[in-house]
Amino acid sequence: MFKDVFNLKSLVLPGAIFVVLLILPPIIPRFYTYILAVIFVTALLAMSLNMVVGHGGLFQFHHGAFYGVGAYTVALMLTKTSLPIWACFVAGPIMAALVGLLIGAFCIRLTRLYFGMLQISLGSLVWAIAFRWYDLTGGDDGMHGIPMPPIISSSKGAYYFALIILAICMIVIYLIFKSPFGATLQAIRDNPDRCEAIGINVKRHQLIAIVIATFFAGIAGVLFVVVEGSVFPDLLFWVYSLEIFIMCLLGGWFTFAGPILGAAIMVSLRTFVGIYTEYWTLILGIILILLIFFLPEGVWGYVLEKLGSRPKEAIEKGSK
Amino acid sequence: MDIGQVFTFSALGSQFLVGLSRAMILFIVSAGMSFVLGVLRVPNIAHGSLYMIGAFSAFSLANLFGGGSGGFWLALIAAPFVVAIVALVAERSLFCHLYEREHLMLLLFTFALMLILGDLVKMFWGADYRSIMAPDALQGFVSILGSPFPRYNLFLLIVGPLVGIGLWFFSNKTKIGKIARAAAVDREMVGAIGINVSWVFAFAFVLGCFLAGLGGALVSPMVSVSIGMDHDIIMEAFLIVTIGGLGNMWGALVGSLIFGLTQSYGVLFWPQFAIVFPYIAVVIVLTWRPRGMLKSVW
Repeated sequence: MFKDVFNLKSLVLPGAIFVVLLILPPIIPRFYTYILAVIFVTALLAMSLNMVVGHGGLFQFHHGAFYGVGAYTVALMLTKTSLPIWACFVAGPIMAALVGLLIGAFCIRLTRLYFGMLQISLGSLVWAIAFRWYDLTGGDDGMHGIPMPPIISSSKGAYYFALIILAICMIVIYLIFKSPFGATLQAIRDNPDRCEAIGINVKRHQLIAIVIATFFAGIAGVLFVVVEGSVFPDLLFWVYSLEIFIMCLLGGWFTFAGPILGAAIMVSLRTFVGIYTEYWTLILGIILILLIFFLPEGVWGYVLEKLGSRPKEAIEKGSK
Repeated sequence: MDIGQVFTFSALGSQFLVGLSRAMILFIVSAGMSFVLGVLRVPNIAHGSLYMIGAFSAFSLANLFGGGSGGFWLALIAAPFVVAIVALVAERSLFCHLYEREHLMLLLFTFALMLILGDLVKMFWGADYRSIMAPDALQGFVSILGSPFPRYNLFLLIVGPLVGIGLWFFSNKTKIGKIARAAAVDREMVGAIGINVSWVFAFAFVLGCFLAGLGGALVSPMVSVSIGMDHDIIMEAFLIVTIGGLGNMWGALVGSLIFGLTQSYGVLFWPQFAIVFPYIAVVIVLTWRPRGMLKSVW
């Protein structure tokens, strides 16, 4: 199966980047190690969102809710129970996928904007619970100083853990895209009516896609806890969800690597702009407007288009 | 806590009136959102920011007009126009160039607008809490069913239906209202008979934002005006138009009533999780009727 999906040429660039990232931590300052680790977490989150948005054509507006559920599940299990670490780490994504199934089952009955709006509302309910339930979640303070096993508690350990999990998830997501299921999903995005007519169960495929995507969002949530050692309700806030959405748009949503690039740009901007000004959201808004007007296919989509590896019509057709 | 004391008839009754007056604010704001949604088919995420600007400019204008009762009344009238001007500028300079694009881009544009306006408010007014005094005639309490009820809330119970009637009259009896409704149903046909659809959209957008500003100005004496009030209202308005039926003004009214009443009774029954009750109501409504209580316009 691997031979069909991957060819040597396409593996050179990702492989080279992976090797560079592996040897970086001893060389660069600790702060940059941390920023890179945050980028890995965010990249995984954006990729999982792009699975349903770019490839599934669903308006998944509140993806952050599932990310937060994954993070909170791990944080709560690590602090309040004495279960083994691996069980806590596995429980995070599973819980996120369960919530994804529950919310998805509600939303999937609606289409397009209705879907998105209902999801924002239901996701906000999850946020409200995390925000209000002081006794369990610490309310708006969140939870800090979550105990981690020594091997991943250092910044380098967290870095390598996040990098390796990201690499594994990327391969799995790529395989899903190239599988018959992934192809069906894209067909549904491009023409749901015709898919329905040839006997594809559209709703079921979309729901499965949501569950898979929320599972990966849960993994990103676990990685967040590993990297930051804390959780707070802002993770599940709807504004953050739309920020992830913008990352996909910024990178290019009809591409595989786009969301990773988008996440990297956003996290770096947020970090370095944040040093100079407190008006980060203003800058984010301006970036978004510039994107909408001048670069709707995203940075990576634009590069691919210029390189000619993907015809422009495909992008235009995809955006309809 | 003694259950018998909390759930007396008069407590339930006054909570009903509180919920009803809250529903009036929600109705004014979400009717504006619903109107934009009906004509432009885009949920305006910046709606909450315009509501916030309405509240802040009511505060500034009330001080500018010398405070007191006169200042308040003038501010109440002028603040929505300030918001309408902000909306008009944003619409004519940027938003109107996007009408040919897909809806998602329009939606993301309104999100960008929300981010920008939120920070501009922070720059302009700062992060402090502000408060406005209601005019003397609307301060204090009146006694209804033996329990005190704030006069200002009573005032809202009068204003809300007036706005509703005005909006109904406007969209059913005036020419431009009819054109706007027609553009909601079939924009190409409206363009084909020689009407400038872009200006119709501009008008609908500005009117919707005007209502957001009015809601903000009306709510300003009841709450502490601060940044962050945009996030709460936008989520509520979203839910209300969804359960009411997208673009349906009466749906917005029904949704507001459900939302306001579940909220006020939620506070009575379980204060810490009062925020959860309206959401549960939404889930129940949408399980029962996935596309909202009343017919949506599209």
